[in-house]
Amino acid sequence: MNIKGFYIDKFIDFEKKLNGESITNFHSFRKDAIAKFKEIDFPTTKNEEWRFTDVSPITKQNFIPANLISKIKIDKSKVEKIIFTGFDFHLLVFVNGIFEPSLSEIKDLPKNVFVGSLKKFQAEKEDLFYKHFNKIVSNDTAFNFLNSSFSVDGFAVYVPKNIVLEKPIQVLFINGSEDENILISPRNLFVVEENSQMKLIVNYNGLNNQKYFSNIITEIFIGENAIVDYYQIQNENDNSYHIEKIQAIQKDKSLFNQFNITFGGEIVRNDINSKLDGEYIETHFYGLYMINGKQHVDNHTFVDHAKPNCMSNELYKGILDENSHGVFNGKIIVRQDAQKTNAYQQNKTILLYKGATIDTKPQLEIFADDVKCSHGATVGHLDEVSEFYIRSRGVPKELAKSMLIRAFANDVIETMKITELKEQINHMIFQHLHQIEI
Amino acid sequence: MNEIKEKMKVELSDDMKVIDDLTSSEYKWGFITDIESETAAKGLNENVIRMISSKKNEPEWMTEWRLKAYRYWLKMEEPKWPNVHYPQIDFQDISYYSAPKQKPKLNSLDEVDPELLKTFEKLGIPLEEQKILSGVAVDAVFDSVSVATTFKETLKEKGIIFCSISEAIQEHPELVKKYLGSVVPYTDNFYAALNSAVFSDGSFIYIPKGVRCPMELSTYFRINSQETGQFERTLIIADDDSYVSYLEGCTAPIRDNNQLHAAVVELIALENAEIKYSTVQNWYPGDKEGKGGIYNFVTKRGACRGNNSKISWTQVETGSAITWKYPSCILQGDNSVGEFYSVAVTNNYQQADTGTKMIHIGKNTRSTIISKGISAGRSNNSYRGLVRIGKNAVGARNFTQCDSMLMGDKCGAHTFPYIEVENDTAKVEHEATTSKVGEDQIFYLNQRGISTEDAVNMIVNGFCKEVFNELPMEFAVEAQKLLAISLEGSVG
Repeated sequence: MNIKGFYIDKFIDFEKKLNGESITNFHSFRKDAIAKFKEIDFPTTKNEEWRFTDVSPITKQNFIPANLISKIKIDKSKVEKIIFTGFDFHLLVFVNGIFEPSLSEIKDLPKNVFVGSLKKFQAEKEDLFYKHFNKIVSNDTAFNFLNSSFSVDGFAVYVPKNIVLEKPIQVLFINGSEDENILISPRNLFVVEENSQMKLIVNYNGLNNQKYFSNIITEIFIGENAIVDYYQIQNENDNSYHIEKIQAIQKDKSLFNQFNITFGGEIVRNDINSKLDGEYIETHFYGLYMINGKQHVDNHTFVDHAKPNCMSNELYKGILDENSHGVFNGKIIVRQDAQKTNAYQQNKTILLYKGATIDTKPQLEIFADDVKCSHGATVGHLDEVSEFYIRSRGVPKELAKSMLIRAFANDVIETMKITELKEQINHMIFQHLHQIEI
Repeated sequence: MNEIKEKMKVELSDDMKVIDDLTSSEYKWGFITDIESETAAKGLNENVIRMISSKKNEPEWMTEWRLKAYRYWLKMEEPKWPNVHYPQIDFQDISYYSAPKQKPKLNSLDEVDPELLKTFEKLGIPLEEQKILSGVAVDAVFDSVSVATTFKETLKEKGIIFCSISEAIQEHPELVKKYLGSVVPYTDNFYAALNSAVFSDGSFIYIPKGVRCPMELSTYFRINSQETGQFERTLIIADDDSYVSYLEGCTAPIRDNNQLHAAVVELIALENAEIKYSTVQNWYPGDKEGKGGIYNFVTKRGACRGNNSKISWTQVETGSAITWKYPSCILQGDNSVGEFYSVAVTNNYQQADTGTKMIHIGKNTRSTIISKGISAGRSNNSYRGLVRIGKNAVGARNFTQCDSMLMGDKCGAHTFPYIEVENDTAKVEHEATTSKVGEDQIFYLNQRGISTEDAVNMIVNGFCKEVFNELPMEFAVEAQKLLAISLEGSVG
């Protein structure tokens, strides 16, 4: 049976399990998605957007939708081990994409603020939910429709007007099953209204080394004057597949900082898009991918300058070891109305081993004349002169290399605003470099 | 002194004879009386290709090669990926063969279209050359013809073969057989296949071992420029330790009735050889409303086959309604060098999708890409480039800079660079900027009594300087002026 047939069959099983829920609006949304999924094929390398990423390993295997398997029990101690600590935060834990209240911890929320599961958000604030849900993102690949077809839950955050959420929200995804290859389809939504602020840390983790496929969609609404910091740390296991689409829409004078740190996954594809639908908006995309073995990481970013006087800045850095393959595609469109736009983009990659490959494509499409746009891309190896300098001071070779790599990564890490998080990520980089647990 | 005068007289009379021969030969072949019979009926099929081949008296292998290309072309699809838009081309509505057209002979420059003369003046083309370009009968005093003959002799002495490709097929079949299609095979792309099937004519150059071509072949070419038709095919081979510089095209505006141009250019540089290929393209871009204009779909590629070889492309693209070309370098030999310098200007409704490909295969190969795009009016200008470093290209190095300048708020500038690196010792740098002509810069120049239009020209020329520096001297001067004309009326 072909893979699409497999998922279509599984959808029928899934529908049976839903019982009463199958008559809700939400389910009709899923039914639309599966209908679209039937019509559309998975992308191939012939498709320009997927040119460097061959997804056939993903589409050759059957992944059982997580909704159809029995729940996995996770120990609280396990959670404590992998979360970022040292600061105050609200904790949301998702196991295979489903909210796990017993492991989560949310307290002292300001009035009217919602932090929790998408399912609960939908039940409690239906109007708000339907105002934004699936309105921000446009599904365009078979993966997106697959996500929509099997989506049940995900994290949801709603911050109404004039509220500054001091404590960051930490969202932990624990993925994988003991013995089956599963498909995880979280669907996340967060809405931050006028003059509000929030910080979000999203942490993807693998349960064990069993293969699984995370297929994620995240929608973000950022109102006027709102400030959102979004840290994403992806630590899936090295056998897993991770395909994610993040779509933000920004209103006047808003500020959006997105950090995308990738360590895990065998095939990873991130689509991170922001539509700058207002004036005086600022958008910052920072990325760091540190991969080895046979890992393949593809980061596609898209900044859509639709209105004048906005600014976007992008910095993506890659550290590629062994036979890993990195892809970067950074697209910036400056539409005709978007005069006085400043858009900057940089992609820098270090190749540490002769088997590593990078394909990078910074892409500017500019239709307005009064703009300042630039992009840069560099690919190289570690500088021998600097290495020699450090070693001549009595530092062993391995450590000298590690110092240089950490310095290279620091450009991205340094921009993070939560000190404790910064330190812990630095620590992760160190662990990765030395392949040891400290 | 007297001796020289005598000699000149002899040469002069020789020239007279040549011209006489030329004029009478036209009548002999009946070009003027019966033009129709020299143009093939519209449409393309195997018979048309056989007809083209037999008209040109080509050997059997050439006909077969054309047919193979045609059969392959039938299976191909028109590329849709370029960032350009145009109505569907009906390939059966084109006539694929016509003998070189005769322009009506005019008696003096007074009869030439004053618009054209104005352009010549702005470009600073010498009066005598103006006459040739606009088809005025040249009087015998004009010594370019004799210059041309002297050139021919010098080239012959050195063993350089420089002739039309049809002639080369007859005279040097072994070279043509060996190299034609070896860099751009007919299977390469849609338009290359079409060109291989129906190519009309073009240049063939062979520089023998150890020879440094003593002159810019451009100079020669310009004087002898002929209408080569819409499917041009050029093949340049530089043997070991040789050097050649070639200029294609002309700064003077060329009007042509053929809307579709699909040329193929192949360069081959062997051990230690260097080829410098410069292009100035100023075909009819269509009127201000975007009607008419030439579609220029070109495949240009050079192969640095030998070690230490070098290929350098320089282009100034101002004409054509649609330009679609990517002069590329395949750096096979160790230590070989590829360069690409480009200025592409689009105005009104012009569209350009141009750039380069640098394929690094050999060790220590180096490439440089400098691309300057200027868009004005309602035009769209795209840079599309590929830098690929292969697994074995140890120590490869690339530097790319592509800058765009926008004039007006209805035009677009786009960049699509692809960087693919498979070797960890490679160093690749890419930078691109987009900006508009600075108001403060214009103000500064205005302040010094320079009109806005001149100020913009100055700024634009400064923007393009790195590329103009690579052009042969006389063309660099003309190219600057050409830029000014192309952008006329786009400011203020």
